[in-house]
Amino acid sequence: MVNNVIAVRGVSKAFAGVQALDDVSLEIAPGEIHCLAGENGSGKSTLIKVISGVHSPDAGTVELGGEVFGRLSPMDAISHGVQVIYQDFSVFPNLSVMENLALTAELAQRRRFVNWRRMREVAAEAIAKINVNIDLDAKVGSLSVAQKQLVAIARALMSDAKLIIMDEPTTALTKREVTALFRIILDLKSRGIATLFVSHKLEEVFEISEKFTIIRNGKHVITCLPEDLDHKKFSFYMTGREFEGTRFSPELDATDPILEVSGLSAHGAFTDVGLSLRPGEILGITGLLGSGRTELALALFGALKVDAGEIRIDGKPVVLSGVRSAIAHGIGYVPEDRLTEGLFLERSIGSNIVIAEIDSFVSAGVLDQRRADVEAQRWIDELRIATPDADNAVSTLSGGNQQRIVLAKWLATNPRVLILNGPTVGVDIGSKHDIHRVLRDLAATGLAVIIISDDIPEVIQNCNRVLVMNAGRIVSELDPDRTSEADLAALMSEDVKPRQEES
Amino acid sequence: MRTYLRRIVRANEFYLLLVIVALAVVIQARSGQFFTANNIVDIANAMVVPGIFAVGAFMVLVSGGIDVSFPALASLAVYATTRILVDAQWGGGIWLPFLLAIAIGGVLGAFNGLFASRFAVPVLIITLGTASVFSGIMQGVLGSVQIPNIPPAMSEFGRASLFVAKNPESGLTSNMPVSFLLLIAVVAGAFVLLRYTTFGRGIYALGGEESAASRAGFNVRRIKFWLYVIVGAVASIAGLVRTSMMDQMHPTNLLGLELMVIAAVVLGGTAITGGTGTLTGAMLGTLLIVIVQNSMILVGVPTFWQGFALGVLIIVGTGISAVQLTRRARSRSAALI
Repeated sequence: MVNNVIAVRGVSKAFAGVQALDDVSLEIAPGEIHCLAGENGSGKSTLIKVISGVHSPDAGTVELGGEVFGRLSPMDAISHGVQVIYQDFSVFPNLSVMENLALTAELAQRRRFVNWRRMREVAAEAIAKINVNIDLDAKVGSLSVAQKQLVAIARALMSDAKLIIMDEPTTALTKREVTALFRIILDLKSRGIATLFVSHKLEEVFEISEKFTIIRNGKHVITCLPEDLDHKKFSFYMTGREFEGTRFSPELDATDPILEVSGLSAHGAFTDVGLSLRPGEILGITGLLGSGRTELALALFGALKVDAGEIRIDGKPVVLSGVRSAIAHGIGYVPEDRLTEGLFLERSIGSNIVIAEIDSFVSAGVLDQRRADVEAQRWIDELRIATPDADNAVSTLSGGNQQRIVLAKWLATNPRVLILNGPTVGVDIGSKHDIHRVLRDLAATGLAVIIISDDIPEVIQNCNRVLVMNAGRIVSELDPDRTSEADLAALMSEDVKPRQEES
Repeated sequence: MRTYLRRIVRANEFYLLLVIVALAVVIQARSGQFFTANNIVDIANAMVVPGIFAVGAFMVLVSGGIDVSFPALASLAVYATTRILVDAQWGGGIWLPFLLAIAIGGVLGAFNGLFASRFAVPVLIITLGTASVFSGIMQGVLGSVQIPNIPPAMSEFGRASLFVAKNPESGLTSNMPVSFLLLIAVVAGAFVLLRYTTFGRGIYALGGEESAASRAGFNVRRIKFWLYVIVGAVASIAGLVRTSMMDQMHPTNLLGLELMVIAAVVLGGTAITGGTGTLTGAMLGTLLIVIVQNSMILVGVPTFWQGFALGVLIIVGTGISAVQLTRRARSRSAALI
């Protein structure tokens, strides 16, 4: 009797001299929900590729259902019930749900002709397995992220899966969708199907994972039960660095608020928002996806029209007619999706930094490139951006460093209020810590910072006040020192009538 | 039933059909000549060559590429075929010219396929290159000149008609060419290929998401390679039809047709980014362009306005799909907030 679906024993793998995996072992029992954690570049994706047969290990073995493989082919892995759900789900946006589900089976059976009736039956059966309702004729491109994920799960289950590997499955899901996903995974568990989560966030899958394996720099660090982990240990195992979990306390002189907002409303987005912000403060605005938090940020940056209310800067009412006027009033905004919204990925690091203040390097209509370069280098040093050359394209940098460039870009305009929307989404723990440190340092120099985030530990640790938004309204203002993470989470997801149903 | 209706009304093809009908009615009102037997047959006749080309261009677009080499490819394949048969003084049936042209076209297409499947270079760039190479070989190596006397089988095929339509008022007659059946056969063949074979679904899958296609188990390289072989063969059929109908081999006659054909396919709702589109749409798009070209004369619009009208059509047609794309992208990003 075999008591594991998979056993990885002493696997090593090097790419062009770089040791991606070094003597890593991993064992998963049937029905077990296991979390594989590690920072970006720790080797977790290489390990997944070894398990799924994409890479063959230099040393070590993979044991599937009692059978030992030195070299595993993707077909072997699939036929032994290993299925990977990639972060992008590997779906065809242009095809129907039915085809997305059934095509793999048609291919696996080496058919030359497709039979639409058979495909429909196969697809309907696959969807029935996870007990959800999705229109088979809908184009996958028109589905929500959660539904796409369900399609991917349903497809993975079709081929008699014993182990489902999910790459950061909950990053783009709302709380309710995460709950639905966990229900499906527990259902799979009851049928003996194991799940391996790949993640670099503790909160993401903590409540459901039964075992954790953490790797760092290609080496196995620890395999343990969730009871043995807390944030601090988790971060330490992943990064090998100790982070003091200090909370932020501002040095506030008795200054007047720099930014005040009262009765601010934008139709369909948020209603009657009031807040005030003093230099040196870090204000957290938190809420679920769709709570109006992003819209509020955009309104404060002049990128979203408001219907009512007043914004005062230094006590004087201002009208933010657009992004340019917001910048002129000393407001900077670091957008949520740093990759698509904030950077010119193919342009150089240097030009990305200076782009927002490009006008100040122009004299007589000519750009003074030397001065611009000096300014760019100053920020690269200041924010410790890891690059050998400011002329390299931004796309050559890691996620955390890209985020710092976005920061540098806005800091270069010398803002007095800096709004950050999800500043550490998709950033690994080490860089996250560095970004938080930079933000605290900035606040200490008198900058007023607003962090918009649904990362509860992030706002609790780094803000001196937290506003909770729910269904377009600010429902409470909290002192993080006297608030637990659970309380905050409860306030965020309290059932207020969703605003879509209002209009 | 109602969802079926809604799906029809939402389809691109439906609006294209409306435009075509409206255009026909306008032309009819202005000239009284549109809905005459001989005009309809003339339009069908003019559809054949661009229609067959459009099938090939459509398949490449669906797979996510843009092929601009097919007129040069067809010219070279048909020129070589004609040259060989004329030199050999071939007096037999039409089957050999077709066989030869398809074979040569397939081999030339294989070059496109080889490059497209092996190198991560955009198909547009590859086919811009091969198009120049193909016409270079034809004009340089083969020393292309006009061949006035094509093999008798080809002339006969070009003249063969299914029936003759006569306009009772003007007395004008038009022949419905046998090659129209060829268009129908090619469209039908492509339809079956695209809808009922795993290869055809693979073309769609490839155009949707290439990495997903290979993860799902499609042999992406093989699909690409054979796609271009098929497209080469299809293009050669169109080239042979054109040469037969003109009753002479004019080596540069087809060149420049690629933009009009691609525009027709895109007008028909095929996404230039790949993955979406229907053959029906591609044929309707071709029909629209052919009607514009043929019928503006009926309304008395000077011929030089044709180019203008075509350009406007292309801009409007692609503009609509571009607007749809950005709207979809916007609604997606709104969902992310």
